[in-house]
Amino acid sequence: MSKVNLKELSLQDERLTGGHRLCSGCGASIIVRQILHATDDPVVVGCATGCLEVSTTIYPYTAWKDSFIHNAFENAAATISGTEAAYRSLKRQGKIDEDKEVKFIAFGGDGGTYDIGFQSLSGAMERGHNMVYVCYDNGAYMNTGIQRSSATPRNASTTTSPAGEVIPGKTQFRKELTDIIAAHNIPYVAQASPHNFKDLIRKARKAFEVDGPAFLNVLSQCPRGWRYPEDQAMDIMRAGTDSCFWPLFEVEDGEWKLNHIPKEKAPVTDWLEPQGRFKHLFKEGNEDLIEEIQEQIDKRWEELLHKCGEK
Amino acid sequence: MSNQVALTGNEAMAQAMKQINPDVVAAYPITPQTEVVQMFSQFVADGAVDTEFVTVESEHSAMSATVGAAAGGARAMTATAANGLALMWEIVYIAASTRLPIVMPVVNRALSGPINIHCDHSDAMGARDSGWIQLYAENAQEAYDNAIQAVRIGEHEDVRLPVMVNMDGFIISHAVENLELLADEDVKEFIGEYTAEHTLLDTENPIAVGPLDLQDYYFEHKVQQAEAMENAQKVVVEVAKEYKNLTGRGFEYFEEYKLEDAEIAILALASTAGTAKAAVDKLREEGVKAGLLKLRMFRPFPAKEVAKALSGLKAVAVMDRADTFSTIGGPVFADVRSALYDVKSDVEVVNYIYGLGGRDTTVEDLEFVYNDLQGIVNSGEVNKRVKYLGVRE
Repeated sequence: MSKVNLKELSLQDERLTGGHRLCSGCGASIIVRQILHATDDPVVVGCATGCLEVSTTIYPYTAWKDSFIHNAFENAAATISGTEAAYRSLKRQGKIDEDKEVKFIAFGGDGGTYDIGFQSLSGAMERGHNMVYVCYDNGAYMNTGIQRSSATPRNASTTTSPAGEVIPGKTQFRKELTDIIAAHNIPYVAQASPHNFKDLIRKARKAFEVDGPAFLNVLSQCPRGWRYPEDQAMDIMRAGTDSCFWPLFEVEDGEWKLNHIPKEKAPVTDWLEPQGRFKHLFKEGNEDLIEEIQEQIDKRWEELLHKCGEK
Repeated sequence: MSNQVALTGNEAMAQAMKQINPDVVAAYPITPQTEVVQMFSQFVADGAVDTEFVTVESEHSAMSATVGAAAGGARAMTATAANGLALMWEIVYIAASTRLPIVMPVVNRALSGPINIHCDHSDAMGARDSGWIQLYAENAQEAYDNAIQAVRIGEHEDVRLPVMVNMDGFIISHAVENLELLADEDVKEFIGEYTAEHTLLDTENPIAVGPLDLQDYYFEHKVQQAEAMENAQKVVVEVAKEYKNLTGRGFEYFEEYKLEDAEIAILALASTAGTAKAAVDKLREEGVKAGLLKLRMFRPFPAKEVAKALSGLKAVAVMDRADTFSTIGGPVFADVRSALYDVKSDVEVVNYIYGLGGRDTTVEDLEFVYNDLQGIVNSGEVNKRVKYLGVRE
């Protein structure tokens, strides 16, 4: 696989056009564009109900240059698995040219992936369809107005886990969906972030190349839900990986590999402090809450170092 | 060349699916449909079909994958029953509004709760407003015939709608009967090759399926869907005629059994129609002018034709194997009575809700209904419009 070259990327056509209605600074469109730069083949895109879907295909317009299907909220994986099955069937019967290569990709937010679409995703991965599933994980149901999901980090204030006088935001840690999908023993699973586009595009290339299902869990910034000025996004995302809140790793044929080991692990406050959803944690008396988050992140990082053979 | 065989309803349905040879089947097993999926799996394992079989983890995913496949230009099928259909619900509506000609056998079973695995029509009747064409069968032969015709009806360019092929759970699905199968090549020729006009896999001409459709277009699209249902009425007749030429079997919207000179009649769909025929024969011997209208197509509802067939009668009992809990009768009753309103007929129409959860409905039960109708004719009075047949007090 050749190296990701920024100059070459800049010459490629965008497959998701401008004029879509996602918020300024949204991570989803950036992630989609980076990922679609990773293949030259035509793709069929499936999309779960969510920000990306409602903002890119408002009838009679579409921002997608490739074929696109939205079915419902919880079934992007099942839907695209059906289209992939159609492709295999028609190709085998000679109804589609045998030289024609089509890639299949589904996008879902964390709501459509970690929660309501979890079963459909697990089924599609287990069945072994040749498809890529991408979760753009912005850590809440942003499309319906910032409600908590099982991807919402602990103590984040959302509209259904608000920071109140008694309860300091969401009381649970987020679930490690990337690990759960890795446990399906599929050819390729990775966690990525769009601030490191070389890493993300390389992973997307690999995801498209493997024969069988691939899953990418991509951290997706959300200025509205995370509450920060849009121009700080890339710094925040970098803090997310440097603090090891969002480790960059991949699991290829069962081999775990860390893709970014910070020289010096940044304190989790670098990640938390710029975001309004964590503002209450910095009030006097809440120091222990930050400590608990730090402990959890440290524990998880140690686990990953072991899994990836770094320790 | 057709072939005389003894098969259960499920076996006949599996044979129909094999002969249709869909590009994709995505299905999940549920009693009493399970055998259909099992037998079809064996056809796939033996290479007897070209189908890509998607062994989904739920009925919700079964319908979702079928929608994905059909949008990719495949001839796609699934099959289900009862709670399986209920779990699909959301996507059942999406399949119809996306105008995908999916064919789905439904082996009718009581919808929970309480949980029950036996026959009634509460599953399919709940989906009556989902935009699917619905066909019902008296026996395995008709279920098989309906499945083959459903492909042509749904795929017709003026229709492009999904079709539910209903078959009574256990009563038909698990009972053996003699029936005629078409030769494979006759089915192939009858249904023809399927070429979707727009597909996701025509990547040189990309399309967007299922976009967000707001106040300025949604309504028009729903009316187009209603127009397709109107068109289906014409197409169902055309396809039925062609099928009759091929097989000598079948009818269009309904079968009239000794209805022409009848004074009282039952309107029923599915296997109960067979039981009603036996009751009619018995009563005719006694000189009672009893008849039957067996409805084959419930969606779209052939209101004009049903009204015409019933308007000259004195009393009609509409049999519903499902309740609406509206307290004013079952789903078929509501449509039949509404249809008769337009023709200003004097016929008295009553409703019997019967056979829920697989409660056996016998010839004697239906004789009781005919006697009830005779009583209405004699007295000129209806003491109760909606009754439950054979329920213990």
